[in-house]
Amino acid sequence: MTPLPSLRRVLALTRKESWQILRDPVSVAIGVAMPLLMLILFGYGLSFDIRHLPVAVVVEHASPESGGILAALRLSPYFRVHPATSMQEAERLMTAHEVNAIVRLPPHFSRDVALGDAALLVTVNATDANNARIALNYTRGAIAIWQQKELARRSASADSEATVVIENRMWFNEANDSTWFLVPGLIVLVMTLIGALLTSTVIAREWERGTFEALFATPVRPGEILASKTLPYFVMGMAGLALSVAGSRFLFGVPLRGSPWLLTLISSLYLLVTLGLGLTISSLTKSQFLANQIAFLSTFLPAFMLSGFMFDIRSMPLWLQGVTHVFPARYFVSSLQTLFLAGDVWPVLLPNMAVLAGMAALLMAMAGKTVRKRIE
Amino acid sequence: MTPAPFPVDVRAVRKTFRRKNGETVEALAGVSFAARARTLTALVGPDGGGKTTLLRILAGLTPADSGGVRVLGLDVAAAPQAVQARIGYMPQRFGLYEDLTVQQNLDLYADLHGVDGAAREQACARLLAMMALTPFTGRLAGKLSGGMKQKLGLACTLVRAPALLLLDEPTVGVDPLSRRELWEIVRRLVRDDALTAVVSTSYLDEAGFCDHTVALHRGVVLAEGAPGEIAAQAAGRVFLATPAAETNARALQARLFQSRDVADAVPEAGKVRVVARTPNAPENAPDTTFAAAQPRFEDGFMLLFDAVADGRAVQSVPAGRAGNAPGNAAPNPVEVRDLVRRFGDFTAVDHVSFQVRRGEIYGLLGPNGAGKSTTFRMLCGLLPASAGSLRVAGADLRRARAGAREKLGYVAQKFSLYGDLSVDENLDFFASAYGLRGHRKRARIAWAKEQFNLDAMASLPAGQLPGGYKQRLAMAAALLHEPEILFLDEATSGADPMARRAFWARIAALAEAGVTVIVTTHFMEEAEYCDRVLIMDGGVALAEGSPAEIRARALPGQDAPTMEAAFISIIETARKTGRAQA
Repeated sequence: MTPLPSLRRVLALTRKESWQILRDPVSVAIGVAMPLLMLILFGYGLSFDIRHLPVAVVVEHASPESGGILAALRLSPYFRVHPATSMQEAERLMTAHEVNAIVRLPPHFSRDVALGDAALLVTVNATDANNARIALNYTRGAIAIWQQKELARRSASADSEATVVIENRMWFNEANDSTWFLVPGLIVLVMTLIGALLTSTVIAREWERGTFEALFATPVRPGEILASKTLPYFVMGMAGLALSVAGSRFLFGVPLRGSPWLLTLISSLYLLVTLGLGLTISSLTKSQFLANQIAFLSTFLPAFMLSGFMFDIRSMPLWLQGVTHVFPARYFVSSLQTLFLAGDVWPVLLPNMAVLAGMAALLMAMAGKTVRKRIE
Repeated sequence: MTPAPFPVDVRAVRKTFRRKNGETVEALAGVSFAARARTLTALVGPDGGGKTTLLRILAGLTPADSGGVRVLGLDVAAAPQAVQARIGYMPQRFGLYEDLTVQQNLDLYADLHGVDGAAREQACARLLAMMALTPFTGRLAGKLSGGMKQKLGLACTLVRAPALLLLDEPTVGVDPLSRRELWEIVRRLVRDDALTAVVSTSYLDEAGFCDHTVALHRGVVLAEGAPGEIAAQAAGRVFLATPAAETNARALQARLFQSRDVADAVPEAGKVRVVARTPNAPENAPDTTFAAAQPRFEDGFMLLFDAVADGRAVQSVPAGRAGNAPGNAAPNPVEVRDLVRRFGDFTAVDHVSFQVRRGEIYGLLGPNGAGKSTTFRMLCGLLPASAGSLRVAGADLRRARAGAREKLGYVAQKFSLYGDLSVDENLDFFASAYGLRGHRKRARIAWAKEQFNLDAMASLPAGQLPGGYKQRLAMAAALLHEPEILFLDEATSGADPMARRAFWARIAALAEAGVTVIVTTHFMEEAEYCDRVLIMDGGVALAEGSPAEIRARALPGQDAPTMEAAFISIIETARKTGRAQA
């Protein structure tokens, strides 16, 4: 006697939902304009790279070697060189915030170089520890490049064998461009926005506007309502993914080293998790404002702070590392960073996918339980 | 399956709700009734009587605590989906998707009910024509007038030709013209399409259109029967009282309503309709002639209700504007000349002029979209006028709005107090907002609580007050600063008959005390309480005068026509001659 689930009702409701999304400028803005905006913001504006780092170079005894280092720093786009004649002068520049780093070449520098035992002092302003580390590494990098050239020059002129082994390490990004590192995070943010923040209002809105009561009195089933709320936002989330990947590829040339299919699969899983979470929150609170706040706090903020996107999880206190395991964003960020920068590394991806799939199933079931055709 | 003789069969249904503060409310305390096939049954009664809960139980949306509910022969508790597949239910707020067009709303419900092909085209065309919505299929539902929204809601409910139609207060907030049209549509459906309908309403005159009525009060059935049977309860007790020459119908009504012998008194066509508690005319009204009248459904219902109601709360002199000598104030607290308001190229109010005298009750009447609310907002200084002059309480509203605001009180159509603040906190806040302090503030709050019987509810959050109390609190808040002029926008919309009578008794007492009152209302019988009314449509003033003058002018030759008949005649004549664009 009870009517069977009907695909047609799902389609009718989905169409209704899509019309509502299209007529709501805010949804369109979040779904389309937001990924683009974030891409541009992250790609061009927000970056961990440092350019034009003001650095004082103290040359206590001018020599071809010191001149070479000075030139290497000057020619690098990462530095702006302030020549100084004494350490006192350089320190004054540092206290006045005119420079962030000091490179000091001692008087007997060229002699030491010749002996293969040279040392120079690099002092950085460590008020901002992150910046200080980057400044230090850049300086190291620049001097290493000079050293390599110097070595090549000597071996060419004197035919002597290389006596110094250069270890050249770019700690922060081997690609020398933090956009590569930021794109995976961007995708997490876009998916979280569409999945949880947008859907957090869609069930609450129907309660607030009183549209559910009439809908409930039709043969429609709760599962059909849920499906119709999931489908359009799923499509929108995948479109956001495509937009972000395409944008990062064509605007910034970020490579995708893993399989695009795997990327789609993992993103779908994460999207289902956030959709389930958004719909559950929406259905439980029945208030658009409250649902939005809760969704923001429970999905967007963790995706930003606790996912390993902005801050490395391994450098967090142990208890906080434990907390990150609760949030789905962590598994997604780790998967994306692997897929983009490393490739299909199964030992990393498989456990992440398993956790995301489990969370998706759990949250969708929860959303299904909370949508009931009841008015109390 | 043979059709059940009683598509709705309710036996001893109980339902209890738990409020947020923990107290329990018994919405239905053992209700039984049956609706016969192909009839129109009305659930009538005051707010909180259990009408909506009962309809939701019938629609399978709310489970009953105990008792048996069978709809179309099915047990609702066991098979709500099966019931929902065969009924049409229109909740009080239908909840159209306002960002979808008329056609898209209709299509959605057709799909949900599985109506397609030729049947669907036919049903849509027929319903759109029936509701007069055919020209508006491409319009967003949110841009329709109140009456049109209700009609679209009804069309969505009917798209699958349900076997049973459940309508919850379909005419709340709908103007008299649309109200009449809606009822004609429902009656035609029952007559021509063999439909069974159960309709809830708190408008007693509407129950008269039905085959069977069930009077609900505080969760129990007070009476049940054909409207004629209910009316017969008041046989021999209904009188029309003609006021003496020097007094008016409103004063007589106020006096009679307080009489021990009277169960109900309402002004009607310049006279007062009285339902006596005993078969004799009331005695405390000298110089008044009583003539026996034919009882109507309302009379019977009010008599039944009077027997169970616990006294009525009517204020004697609520205003207390003692310190305000009448000479101080302008003789005409409101003067409007050639008032115009345009929104883009749409003129909402088109050269409207009127004056309101001190202590007068002045009514602004008109169908939805007539320009009443726009005029109202300009009078309250909430919306600037495009052209014309506007003097309120002696101040030019186009120049000195703040000065005028101190002298006026405003009760909005929607409940606009703070729902999560208690009654006391709301009053305290509004008193401070109006600049009251110290002793005067305490005195005014005490006055308001006493006058509006709010003491018992003082600590309850305003959002949890019963409907009638919300409205009392809104009025109390608007009167704290002793305004010279009180504006009431659709204040009685959705209120039950008892709440409306108490409301008007209060308004009349305020006017006696010298407060000027301007109201808008959809209830034409309420226009009888006004000293003068202005009828508007399409932004134009169509008629102004006392209710008696309006009636005589609109329908000359008819013996004591009702205000509603006069109103409809004025609007229809104006629309025909093109004076006002609909």
